[in-house]
Amino acid sequence: MIGLQHYLVVSAALFSLGILGVLTRRNAVNVLMGVELILNSANINLVAFSRYGAGNMQGQMFAIFVIVIAAAEVAVALAIVLTLYRLRRTPNLDEADILKG
Amino acid sequence: MNPQAIIFYVFAAITVGSAAVVVLARSLIYSAFALLFTFFGVAGLYVLLGADFLAAAQLLIYVGGILVLLLFGVMLTHKLYDLDLKSGVTQFGAGLILAAGLFIVVVKMAVTTTWAGGPGRPPAVTTADIGTLFMGRYLLPFEAASILLLVALIGAAMIVRRKTNA
Repeated sequence: MIGLQHYLVVSAALFSLGILGVLTRRNAVNVLMGVELILNSANINLVAFSRYGAGNMQGQMFAIFVIVIAAAEVAVALAIVLTLYRLRRTPNLDEADILKG
Repeated sequence: MNPQAIIFYVFAAITVGSAAVVVLARSLIYSAFALLFTFFGVAGLYVLLGADFLAAAQLLIYVGGILVLLLFGVMLTHKLYDLDLKSGVTQFGAGLILAAGLFIVVVKMAVTTTWAGGPGRPPAVTTADIGTLFMGRYLLPFEAASILLLVALIGAAMIVRRKTNA
């Protein structure tokens, strides 16, 4: 019988993989993909608690707003990545160290 | 094992396996297409949780919008003759230890906590409820999200414009 904890384990796996992607990847677009994995894991948590816990629609409404905000964030983040690429000619984040002391 | 459990395990395997390919693949295009399968798996999990409108919205917005945008980003941040779309890793060992530790801690917390049982919500059609809530109780966040999207649109266009000496 599939319960709440199954979905929580799946979302924990997605979250850890997203954290791994954000921490270890050099390319900026790969880091953005890791952030999308983290947002999806939080969404799964929200919808699972809405289904198995409270029984109202608040989890799903929250998840819809998370999707909207993720879309806006990807647009702005890609604008920043493109400008960075235009300036530094490299998509690697660890080479954007102008502010490094 | 009833069919719902089998379908859950299939979608969970698709989601987590594709997420692993996203994070661990050498080539950027492999990562992008594995992200596509991850989004499909998550949409399947939404359907199993009874969130049918959310599954459709996930497919439309994430696959049709965000993934295409990420592919644009991948293609535009490499020189045209540089067909070697590879992405390296930095400090993979430390990151792996941290992510594995985080996973173990969160799973232990999730499995051993006695979650407050509620009435639950058996899967039902959600579109009418979502529409009513958007126009009723969640009207202010809805309008704020619209303004956020407008701001993001204008901001992204402003950031990447080429500054001409007018």
